[in-house]
Amino acid sequence: MSPDIRKTFHLDGVEIPFREGQTVFDAAMAAGIYIPHLCHNPDFEPHSSCRLCTVIVNGRPFASCTQPAVAGQDVKSDTPELNDMRRSLTEMLLVEGNHYCPACEKSGNCRLQATAYALGVQYNHYPQFFPHRDVDASHPEIILDRDRCILCGLCVRISRRVDRKNVFAMTGRGITTTIVIDSPSGLLVDSRVSRDDEAVQHCPVGALMMKGEAFKVPIGERRYDTSPISEDSVAKFQAREVRLHG
Amino acid sequence: MTHLLETAAHPRALRRVAIEPLTRVEGHGKVTLLLDEQNRVHQARLHIVEFRGFEKFIQGRPYWEVPVLVQRLCGICPVSHHLAAGKAVDMLVGARTLTPTAEKVRRLMHQGQMLQSHALHFFHLASPDLLFGFDSEPARRNIVGVIAEHPELALQGVKLRKYGQEVIKAIAGKRIHGTACIPGGMNKALSEAERDVLRRDIGQMVAWSQGAVALCRRVLDASPHAPIFGVFPSNFMSLIRADGALDFYDGGLRAKDAQGNLIFDHVDYTHYNRHIHEEVKSWSYMKFPFIISLGDADGWYRVGPLARMNTADFLDTPLAEEARRAFRAAANDGMQHATLAYHWARLIEMLHAAEGIERLLDDPDITGTDLVAKGERALEGVGVIEAPRGTLFHHYKVDENDVVVRANLIVSTTNNNQAMNEAVRTVAASYLDGQKLTEGLLNHIEVAVRAFDPCLSCATHALGRMPLQVELVDAAGQVIDRMVKGADGVFAEGRDAP
Repeated sequence: MSPDIRKTFHLDGVEIPFREGQTVFDAAMAAGIYIPHLCHNPDFEPHSSCRLCTVIVNGRPFASCTQPAVAGQDVKSDTPELNDMRRSLTEMLLVEGNHYCPACEKSGNCRLQATAYALGVQYNHYPQFFPHRDVDASHPEIILDRDRCILCGLCVRISRRVDRKNVFAMTGRGITTTIVIDSPSGLLVDSRVSRDDEAVQHCPVGALMMKGEAFKVPIGERRYDTSPISEDSVAKFQAREVRLHG
Repeated sequence: MTHLLETAAHPRALRRVAIEPLTRVEGHGKVTLLLDEQNRVHQARLHIVEFRGFEKFIQGRPYWEVPVLVQRLCGICPVSHHLAAGKAVDMLVGARTLTPTAEKVRRLMHQGQMLQSHALHFFHLASPDLLFGFDSEPARRNIVGVIAEHPELALQGVKLRKYGQEVIKAIAGKRIHGTACIPGGMNKALSEAERDVLRRDIGQMVAWSQGAVALCRRVLDASPHAPIFGVFPSNFMSLIRADGALDFYDGGLRAKDAQGNLIFDHVDYTHYNRHIHEEVKSWSYMKFPFIISLGDADGWYRVGPLARMNTADFLDTPLAEEARRAFRAAANDGMQHATLAYHWARLIEMLHAAEGIERLLDDPDITGTDLVAKGERALEGVGVIEAPRGTLFHHYKVDENDVVVRANLIVSTTNNNQAMNEAVRTVAASYLDGQKLTEGLLNHIEVAVRAFDPCLSCATHALGRMPLQVELVDAAGQVIDRMVKGADGVFAEGRDAP
C-alpha cells in the first residue's frame, strides 16, 4: 500500500485520519476530538492505567492511549455507557483520596477536577474513604501530599525514564498502594529530587507541588478557568502536533 | 458582672423552654429558659450547638493553604477569616510591612466585606423586627414583609449587599470563598477597568448608607424599647489605629470598661494571649473569653460595631464621623450600652465602609503591580482584624517543614459569647419574667441575640424559612405545650403539633 494513501478509521461515526504508528487517542485528539484521560500525558509514554480513555474498538474495550489506530476500525467513545463508566472511575478516584478542592492550591489547574467537571460529576455515589497518608513536606522546595495522589504513575515513569533518577516508586497493593521515595530516610529531602526535575512538573493533581507557588494565579486566570479541559487538551495536543510534525 | 440567671439553683424542679433554632442569625444555636410554676425565669442560656473543629484539622497542612482553607468557616464573612489568616501567614514569611498596593487592596476587600455583611444583617435579618415591632405578626415579620411594605428600602439593601460582593469578586475572583491573600501580599490588584466599574455606583452606595443611618436612628428614637431593651454595662474591646481612629484592618488592641476608662491600649495584638484567656463551660461548644486582669467573672467584654463606636476616638471619613458624634452624643458622650444601639453603630460602619471604598478607588496604588513583600522566615504568626461582628484572632505555629502544628482562633462571635448570654438574661428578666409565654415574647429573646449579628456556625442560614419549635416541659420531663413554626411560616400549637 502506498504511504500516500490516507488511512482513516471511524470514531463515533466521524472519519479520522491517522499516521502510521499513531494511537487511537493521538489520532482523535489531533482531529480535534477529546477523549477523557488522566494517567496519560502525550509528552510521555502512555501507561493505560486509569482506563478513563477506554473506547470500544470493533465491539471490544481498549485503552485508547495505547491502542494502535488501524485503518477501517470502528471506534466508539462518546457514548452514554462509556461516559457513565468514566464518571464512575472519576468518582472512585475522588473518594479514595482527600480531594478538598475548595482549599487545594491545584484547584483550577487540576486535571482530576477539570475532568470531573467535563464528565458532569455532580456528587459522589460512593462513600468517602477519608484516608490518612503522610504528607512529605521535608524538602525545602517540593511537597508531596499523598492524600491527593491518584496513582497515575507519571512521576514514577518520568523520574525513571526522563530524569534517570528513580526518585519515585509505588509500593503496596490495591487500596494500600502509595508513592514511596528512594532515599535512606524515605523523605524527599534526602532523595536526589530537585525542583528542575521533569518528574515534579507534571503531576495532574495537587499531590506533587512546588512550594511557594500556591494561589499566585488569581481565579479567572487559572488553566481551566478560561477553557474547559476538553478544549484545552485538544488545543495543546494540536499545537504539539504542529510543533513536532508540521 | 456575670448575671445571676446563668445557672439555676434547683434546675430539676423547673420547666424548660427552648427556642431552637434561633432564626435570622447566621448558623445554628438555641436559647433555653428554666421557669418555675409562676413563669419566673431562673436560668437563661444561649447555647451554640455546632462543633466545627477547624483548629484541629488544619494541623498537618502547609501554612500557605490556611487563608484559603479557614475562610470556609463562614459563608457570610469569609473575607475576614481570609485576611486574618493572611496577616498571620505574612508573619510566617517575615512580611511585617506589605507593599502599599497589597495593603490597600486588602483594605478595599475588607471594606467590601463590611458593606455587604452589615447590609445583609440590617436589611434582611434585623429590619423586620425594627420596622414592624418585636411582637408583630410573624408572617409579616420577615424580609418578604419588608419587600411588600417597603420595596424601595428592601431594594437598597439588596443592592448595597451586591455592591460589597462585587468589590470582593473584583479582587478575589468570587463573591464568596475566592483567593486573594498569598504569603506576604496579594495575587492581584484591581485593573483599571474593574476600578472604573466600581467607581460608577459608589456615590449611590454612600448616599443609601447615609439614608440607612438616618432611618435606623428614627426607628430607634421612636421605639419604646430602645432605651431599656437589653441595656447592661460591659467592657468593650477593638483594634484601634495609632492615632485613635477606628481601623477595621490593623492596629493595636484597646479595651475600655463600662465607664469608658482604659483597661489596656495600643497593645501589640501578637501578644493577645497575655491579655485575654478563654474559659470553657460544660453547656456550650463556644468558649468564653475574658480579660485576664479583670478575671473570668468580670473580664468579659463586647466586640463589634457597638464596641468599636465606644472605643474609637474618631472615624476618618467625614459622613461616618458626623454620624459617630451623634451616636456618642445620644449617650451624653459616655459609653453606649444599649443592645439595640448595635444596629445604629453597624450602619455607621456601613457608611464608613462605603466612604472608605470611595477613597480607595481614587487611590492610584489600588491598580499597582508591586504585590508581594518578603522577609525573614518565622515559625509563629498572629493575625487580628476587626471583622463585621468584632475582633477576630488567628494564631498559628508551624514547623521547619512549613506544616501547621498548632492553631488558635478566637472568632468575633466567641468574643461576644458572655455578652450575648447577658443580653438574653437581661431581656428574659425584664420582659418574660412572670409572663405567659407567647411567640412575640420569645422573639424578644431572638431580637436581643440578633442585635449582635452572631455568626454561630458562620456558614448557613435559611432566610425567613427556618422552622421554630418551642416546647414547654414540666418538671417531670412531660411536654405540656408545644408551638411549631413550619418551613412555610405557618404556626401550629398544641402537644401534637407536627
